[in-house]
Amino acid sequence: MLRNMMIPGVTLVLLFMISMTSVTGGLNESQQAENTIAIYGDKIYTMAKSEDGSWSGVIKDGVVLIKDGKVVQVGLAGDIEIPEGSIIKKAAVVTPGLIDARSVVGLAGWLNIDHDSDHIERSSPIQPELEALDAYNTREPLIDWVRSFGVTTLHTGHAPGQLISGQTFIVKTRGNTVDDAVVKRKAMVACTLGSDALRSGKESPGTRSKQMAMLRQEFIKAQAHMDKQEKAEGDEEKEPPARNLRMEALISILKKEMPLMISAHAAVDIQNVLRLQKELDISVVLQGGAECYDFVEPLKKQGIPVIIHPTMMRSSGVGKNASMETSAKLIAAGVQIAMGSGYESYVPKTRVVLWEAAIACAYGCSFEDALGMITLSAAELLGVDDRIGSIEVGKDGDVALYDGDPFEYTTHCVGTVIEGQVVSEAVR
Amino acid sequence: MLSRKLSTVLSRISAITAVLMLLLNGWSDRVEAADIQAFVGARLMPVSGPVIENGTLVVRNGKIEQIGATDQVVLPPGTEVVNAEGKTIIPGLICTHSHIGWGGGGDSSEPIQPECWTRDSVDVRSASFMRARAGGLTLVNQMPGSGHLISGRTTYLKLREGNTVDDLLVLDDTGWPMGGLKMANGTNSQRSAPFPGTRAKSASLVRQAYVKAQEYRNKIAKAEGDAEKMPERDLRMEALVEALEGKRIVHHHTHRHDDILTVLRLRDEFGFEVVLHHVSDAWKVADEIAAAGADCSIIVVDSPGGKLEARDIRLENGAVLEKAGVNVAFHTDDWITDSRLFLRSAALGVRAGMTSEGALRALTLSGAEMLGLEDQTGSLDVGKDADFAILSGDPFSIYTQILETWVEGAQVFDRSNPDHLLYAVGGRGAGDDSAYHCCGEEGGH
Repeated sequence: MLRNMMIPGVTLVLLFMISMTSVTGGLNESQQAENTIAIYGDKIYTMAKSEDGSWSGVIKDGVVLIKDGKVVQVGLAGDIEIPEGSIIKKAAVVTPGLIDARSVVGLAGWLNIDHDSDHIERSSPIQPELEALDAYNTREPLIDWVRSFGVTTLHTGHAPGQLISGQTFIVKTRGNTVDDAVVKRKAMVACTLGSDALRSGKESPGTRSKQMAMLRQEFIKAQAHMDKQEKAEGDEEKEPPARNLRMEALISILKKEMPLMISAHAAVDIQNVLRLQKELDISVVLQGGAECYDFVEPLKKQGIPVIIHPTMMRSSGVGKNASMETSAKLIAAGVQIAMGSGYESYVPKTRVVLWEAAIACAYGCSFEDALGMITLSAAELLGVDDRIGSIEVGKDGDVALYDGDPFEYTTHCVGTVIEGQVVSEAVR
Repeated sequence: MLSRKLSTVLSRISAITAVLMLLLNGWSDRVEAADIQAFVGARLMPVSGPVIENGTLVVRNGKIEQIGATDQVVLPPGTEVVNAEGKTIIPGLICTHSHIGWGGGGDSSEPIQPECWTRDSVDVRSASFMRARAGGLTLVNQMPGSGHLISGRTTYLKLREGNTVDDLLVLDDTGWPMGGLKMANGTNSQRSAPFPGTRAKSASLVRQAYVKAQEYRNKIAKAEGDAEKMPERDLRMEALVEALEGKRIVHHHTHRHDDILTVLRLRDEFGFEVVLHHVSDAWKVADEIAAAGADCSIIVVDSPGGKLEARDIRLENGAVLEKAGVNVAFHTDDWITDSRLFLRSAALGVRAGMTSEGALRALTLSGAEMLGLEDQTGSLDVGKDADFAILSGDPFSIYTQILETWVEGAQVFDRSNPDHLLYAVGGRGAGDDSAYHCCGEEGGH
């Protein structure tokens, strides 16, 4: 009886094990499918470029297939087989995830109180050693806000407002910790020229000349430090200079490992940017540039890319002569350009690059040039176009979904996907 | 309740100015324009009635004389015909809360200064005035700031071409310049003493001021015109009495849900007429606002926060209030948002669920109502001021351009004029305060 009982028992166990295996196998398969997401678009702007450098155009009735976070196929919906179990999303328009080429989100918090304001350190006017990574709050509500408008990547960090306020970094708009989100830990060093970085009373810099003199002096120090380092490298008897994080940050600019991103708006300050780049022979990025329309040729000649101010920059203070057509002018002249939300000290605490590029489109930019400023052109300027900026096979599966023309006032961003994960489904 | 003497003097000055202006206008009219103009073939959006697809708008002497389907409007002899085919005409936009020209009110000495008046501080030559015209605005409520419980009297300004602030004033039947009273609660008006440090203190200081004004008014009533018994004139009290008597609408900055209700409580206690401004938390108390019958003038900003009180502001505010049955207007709060992009504020309201009809009304007629000027402007109706904007297309499309702005039958913005385009788009010189109003041989715009 017992033996007889055992046989069916063993059989049951065996059957159970077999069924477990098949269930597990099924789970594995469906997990794999869950790692696959297919995004259909009536129109897909891949923002890839043709060989001649022009935008490759729109795919009508297309699909983007993302597997394990990367784009594996993109093309006509009829031509691409979608694995069973894939997550399916559909939208009228699909674009690459948007890139805000100069933000302070994550450091300058929405409440705008001491508790959440880490974008500017006022103890000294020159602090290139400050790393954005150490101050970025992944739980900042403004990250969610811009993400709900398709922004998947931020170039963010220390704000304009000090001669050298600190470093910037590149980060995805998701992740539990900053380490989950970081794309490039050291992106640029943020410098500000002009009235935004003048200090009052007896503190320096109090004038524009002093700003330039202080910068020159600091880079001379860095050059001397670098020379000492190099001399000590080939000579065992020579002690290398004591490590100095400030000097190291500046040396990385002198070695062109990081660009100096200079925020400047007034004509006089943009001239100083041009002069400084020549004197130091460093990589410079002009940020802001309210009056840069008067310096298109020298910017092009010196190879200085521009992260242009948001199109809706206020027409007061340093922006009093800002033009909503500057992006179009720079693009027409062939200056490398991207658009950033910039820094706002009050309301709104951040601008939304989708909306800023939209206004640029209404003021002279073609649709794709305007979209390019917040996708591929931004990625190129930031040096991360091997990974993001366009919907192309092998790149990160970052896309934004809309229910119509992304730039139109009354359409909505209906979804945001980062590396294949749906991170926003708000209809905004 | 304003001094009769002062009123008389001012109305005399106004009368003389008016006569002078008539003379000057009459002069230039003969040189420049026909008395009657007809804008023919446009898509007319009157706001007060249904859209007229192929319509004609007839303007005579600064007023709307006729509006209707093109085939039904009979043009009077001598009419100058303007072809407006393919264009859209909407009422001039009205901003119920603007700081163009930077007119300030009270100083830092104390929290209640209704004696101050933006008329005395606004610079109508500021480039911001030209930008406002480029945005299709024809009327603004020029406000002092929100750093006081009562920061001063506001000034309603028609965006006529003008050399001085007086040229832009809106006068009432007695010739007195119209405006409201700016009040604020919440954190903007809280500071160190003598300013309030808390919300309860804010309310109590306002209460005390209005109690005092009631007593002042009673003394005047009791005097029954006897000069001996009249209280000494007090400009501060006079402004508050005007508010108590409904002659001056209170325009109240308020954000947080409980601050909004505090405004309504004070209104009920003293009986002043109030428009709630900004109202970030409106979506939380929309039913209460509706039940109170209060109007809301709201702002649209591109992200929440920037200040604690605006933490919860939503793009949906317009939609929620509209649904609750509240009369809603948009405002620019220029320079917080740009007057050139005022249409955008309402378009984002539509994006967040408001009806297009409601949103266009919120840029025009509702604003006029909140300034008590709905009989004069705010819609394309016969007899109203010819205040309108000519657009290249749908008001709520980003690709639409504002082509022209007209105030009382006079063109004040023309996109095809390079001098004007500079203000519309920006560029070198756009920030310079008004070369535009310059006179001389090359002037005469």
